Amino acid sequence: MTRINVTVDGVSYSDEVEPRTLLVQYLRESLGKTGTVVGCDTSNCGACTVHLDGTSVKSCNVLAVQADGHEVTTIEGLATDGELHPVQQAFHECHALQCGYCTPGMIMQACDVLKHNPDPSEQEIREGLEGNLCRCTGYHNIVKAVQQAAGAMSSQAVSS
Amino acid sequence: MIPAQFDYVAPSSVEEAVAALAEHGDEAKVLAGGQSLLPILRMRLNAPSVVIDLGRIAELQGVSEEGDHLVIGAMTTYAALLDSEAVNTHAAVLNKAIHTVADPQIRHRGTIGGALVHADPAGDVGAPALALGAELVIAGPGGSTRTVAAEDFFEDLFTTAVGEGELLTQIRIPKHTGWGAHYEKFVRVSHQWSIVGVAATVRSEGGSIAEARVGLTNMGSTPLRAKAVEVALVGKPATDEAVREAVASVADGTNPPSDLNGDSDYRKHLATVLTRRAVLAAAGA
Ligand SMILES: Cc1cc2nc3c(=O)[nH]c(=O)nc-3n(C[C@H](O)[C@H](O)[C@H](O)COP(=O)(O)OP(=O)(O)OC[C@H]3O[C@@H](n4cnc5c(N)ncnc54)[C@H](O)[C@@H]3O)c2cc1C
Ligand code: FES
Ligand code: FES
Repeated sequence: MTRINVTVDGVSYSDEVEPRTLLVQYLRESLGKTGTVVGCDTSNCGACTVHLDGTSVKSCNVLAVQADGHEVTTIEGLATDGELHPVQQAFHECHALQCGYCTPGMIMQACDVLKHNPDPSEQEIREGLEGNLCRCTGYHNIVKAVQQAAGAMSSQAVSS
Repeated sequence: MIPAQFDYVAPSSVEEAVAALAEHGDEAKVLAGGQSLLPILRMRLNAPSVVIDLGRIAELQGVSEEGDHLVIGAMTTYAALLDSEAVNTHAAVLNKAIHTVADPQIRHRGTIGGALVHADPAGDVGAPALALGAELVIAGPGGSTRTVAAEDFFEDLFTTAVGEGELLTQIRIPKHTGWGAHYEKFVRVSHQWSIVGVAATVRSEGGSIAEARVGLTNMGSTPLRAKAVEVALVGKPATDEAVREAVASVADGTNPPSDLNGDSDYRKHLATVLTRRAVLAAAGA
């Protein structure tokens, strides 16, 4: 067992883990943060996407021990004071989900795209979400939601 | 699935990492970004008893300039290379190739050193490394280091000059400042490995090609450099006709795989088309 110290969604944890524990497993099984899901065995689908020190990673493809000393944000840490993050709100309003399985990863990756590029074109959004697969929606409304969120976040930035 | 049990060590210097490799021998596996290794461990295609994580070794990170060379630490991520002004300016074809690798999440973690040592013939960084004449610095037991030219680095499928007990530490790239560059990757769906890829970088003089370097992805068990084509391109105008003729023989002597994406002959044909496109784009035509 190896001791790790990580901050997840703003809370510090110190835990003993087996070195082979995947970050996603640690989040779900040790911390009960089941908002982050596993959709594949090949690191293709992106459903497990979280932020590690502010950048998106596939948490099925990172060991929990590699997160030692670092900060993780999951879908469960996006809302503040019960208020949805603008990307969450836009997914809700644009019907950007059907079964919802890809949604946690989609939203986390969409946040990463907007962080690097606050005003992305449709093509840039599609490329930014290349590593996130959705079996239901056909992506159309997902792209629309990211565009709407980009608009909402830039007007928020202007007004604050 | 999750990996089999292993012990984990996270050395903080190359010296410590090499010592750990010496101690554990072939029971140990080095972990870089983990974007190839972790899927392999999860599928249980490999089950090392010790994993040596290079992620805490600061000296393996980052891009610097030494005279007419770029020096890239083996643990520098794809994402950091894409953000590097120096790489974009002096080794543009590497930047173009990396843009096509996997997806943003994987580019945030995957490293150039891990990709080169993994040596997947469909991997996208081998061809630009060959085209740019990169040199690979390898550290071994007792503080020894040796430097291997990219042409001698790739030995076979998933096999490089990095031997047991050794680490790739640096990638040294002669600056190709002012050279045009393009990476032409052929895939059928987004987010796919190269069916064939071509890295081209060209120095132009008054509308003609003064020098060209061409590397091929997935045209054999290792990335290949198309030297005959490089010679044939010298002095040619950057026109469709002239380049088409100069690259016609690019697949001669190659032995690309046949698989569900296409057979060997199809890949040979594809290589001529993609090389023409890559060279013309690199020449700004
Ligand atoms: C879904 C998916 C899609 C992908 N698509 C592409 C693609 O389109 N194109 C492409 O090129 N790649 C692709 N990749 C592979 C990706 O580029 C990997 O990141 C890369 O091949 C390995 O780099 P890494 O740093 O993650 O290495 P790791 O996975 O950590 O290591 C890879 C191997 O190299 C060894 N190693 C690593 N570093 C060193 C070192 N410094 N010295 C000695 N040995 C070392 C390890 O022991 C291991 O055997 C994809 C991967 C995934 C999961
Ligand atoms: S569960 Fe991580 S990429 Fe599919
Ligand atoms: S909404 Fe079902 S997978 Fe995307």
